[in-house]
Amino acid sequence: MEKFNKLSGIAAPLPLVNIDTDMIIPKQFLKTIKRSGLGANLFDEMRFDREGNEIADFVLNKPQYRDAQILVAGDNFGCGSSREHAPWAIADFGITCVIASSFADIFYNNCFKNGILPIALPQEQVDVLMKDAEKGSNARIEIDLEEQTITSSDGEVFNFEVDEFKKHCLLNGLDDIGLSLEKVASIDSFEAKAAVERPWA
Amino acid sequence: MSPKTLYDKIWDAHVAHEAEDGTCLLYIDRHLVHEVTSPQAFEGLRMAGRTVRAPEKTIAVPDHNVPTTLDRANASTMTEDSRIQVAALDTNAKEFGLHYYPVSDVRQGVVHIVGPEQGWTLPGMTVVCGDSHTATHGAFGSLAHGIGTSEVEHVLATQTLIQKKSKNMKVEITGKLAPGVTAKDITMAVIGETGTAGGTGYVIEYCGEAIQSLSMEGRMTVCNMAIEGGARAGLIAPDETTYAYCKGRPHAPKGDEWDAALEYWKTLFTDEGAHFDKVLTLRGEDIAPLVTWGTSPEDVLPITATVPDPSSFEGGKAGAVQRSIEYMGLEVGQKLSDIKIDTVFIGSCTNGRIEDFRAAAAVLKGKKIKEGMRAMIVPGSGLVRAQAEKEGIAQIFIDAGFEWRLAGCSMCLAMNPDQLAPGERCASTSNRNFEGRQGYQGRTHLMSPAMAAAAAITGHLTDIREMN
Repeated sequence: MEKFNKLSGIAAPLPLVNIDTDMIIPKQFLKTIKRSGLGANLFDEMRFDREGNEIADFVLNKPQYRDAQILVAGDNFGCGSSREHAPWAIADFGITCVIASSFADIFYNNCFKNGILPIALPQEQVDVLMKDAEKGSNARIEIDLEEQTITSSDGEVFNFEVDEFKKHCLLNGLDDIGLSLEKVASIDSFEAKAAVERPWA
Repeated sequence: MSPKTLYDKIWDAHVAHEAEDGTCLLYIDRHLVHEVTSPQAFEGLRMAGRTVRAPEKTIAVPDHNVPTTLDRANASTMTEDSRIQVAALDTNAKEFGLHYYPVSDVRQGVVHIVGPEQGWTLPGMTVVCGDSHTATHGAFGSLAHGIGTSEVEHVLATQTLIQKKSKNMKVEITGKLAPGVTAKDITMAVIGETGTAGGTGYVIEYCGEAIQSLSMEGRMTVCNMAIEGGARAGLIAPDETTYAYCKGRPHAPKGDEWDAALEYWKTLFTDEGAHFDKVLTLRGEDIAPLVTWGTSPEDVLPITATVPDPSSFEGGKAGAVQRSIEYMGLEVGQKLSDIKIDTVFIGSCTNGRIEDFRAAAAVLKGKKIKEGMRAMIVPGSGLVRAQAEKEGIAQIFIDAGFEWRLAGCSMCLAMNPDQLAPGERCASTSNRNFEGRQGYQGRTHLMSPAMAAAAAITGHLTDIREMN
């Protein structure tokens, strides 16, 4: 997995609540058996018309946001299906940080497996960063995962919360499965005990 | 010992390892796998030289992509990319030795219907699947939730998940439901109350007389949509109804093992005085037959209501409501019962079980669907289909003008050819009314099977209480 440490980038504002995973990556793109290449279809139905032409006023089609690395969005981002294609598409597009006042649980977890840092902040702080993002490509937002800070283009600093273990894995680009397999003895002994206590399971 | 919730008990029974910061490896009893979210996970295993730790606890079935038309044995009914995904599941199931129900098997169906039907899902278990509607299995008092593909790979390799414990939320539905009100209305009423993010960070335990009175099918409908309220999982404590459903299922325990299991299952309830971080109580009598009007499952109103005014909402929701009303092609103040529809979809992991079909058949018996209506009924499994045919209700659907399909996810997420065309409006028993969910620019109204059947007859959203 890609490491995430510091990021200074353009933030695209998407001030909609309940952005669901069907919006992020519609189902016709779930028929792939690969993880890569989904960035081309990120937000497909909002970004392109039926003929495949760009819809000019969608944020990621505007010249100043084409290279956005951060997304600032409304409440409950990533709700809906468990499809990891959503974070795959976001990362493949080049966005590695999403800021919102809350995230749906499965999407939130999926981000960390793909080098994306989702940051939940109080609504009033999201509002400040949303305004900042609306300034376009001159306004770069800085994220420091180690220090758990976000710095707006005006130099305003916000702290954010992140689970210690998830932070550790993201900072070091660690593979979860490898880490868990280090505890295989615990899994073995749990399984042996469960086989006696709940043999039907 | 301090009193525990049902969730606490199941959690505690599955912690294989706990780190100092509370991060746990939670042991997984059942891993359900389908064709869309698993190919990358199996590929990851191969690339790392790993294998499936517990194939005997891993159950695979193709459901999302498969055609539901009667000619689906003919490979040309599938697009090439769908065919590749289903073929990949075939290969992976065989290579890793999983329990497998291929498309040709009468037991094939929507993974969340097949699991309980075959007795894989049992009380007190942990159940995961790369699908958010895994919450369905919580109806048995099992801790069940959706996971992403990286987590699918993690469970395949380790039979555990890295987890931190969620908070406890109690949702109590007191009293009795009024006539015409169903499990679907309960679960939609709860989401209408909490919003789609109200359950985020929680595991919900549904309880109260109205919940206890539900069949297992109804309980599965309630828990299925816990995810639509943002909850990690929904649970209902097992009782005699649960045991009766499980007994005799192909993979349920038998003989002495059944007795031992039953003894254990009877300990699975929330202790008196156990702590809940959040409590919501609704009176069963207050719940009306509901429909959604917008593009979020929280956009719920009684069928007797009107399309709301965006200005009556606060914050970011006002803009979202405006967008929804435009997308749905509705007018503020329009009566919901005046909304005309052109398509009806009855099926899905929410409402594709035999009891749902019985409820729809009771409304449709001796009637015809509105002229020009496209109506489709898709069983949740091959066994549901066979049962409906045995009971004679399949014939009621056919006589009414419904297409009687083979099992699959179908128009719930429209990954197969069952889709809405732009602008088409559907009365649907599925679980999500997101933009484009049932087809590009398609419009979805969620409701119970009886309400969807009523709409098929009248051609507009209809109050089931007004049907003869």
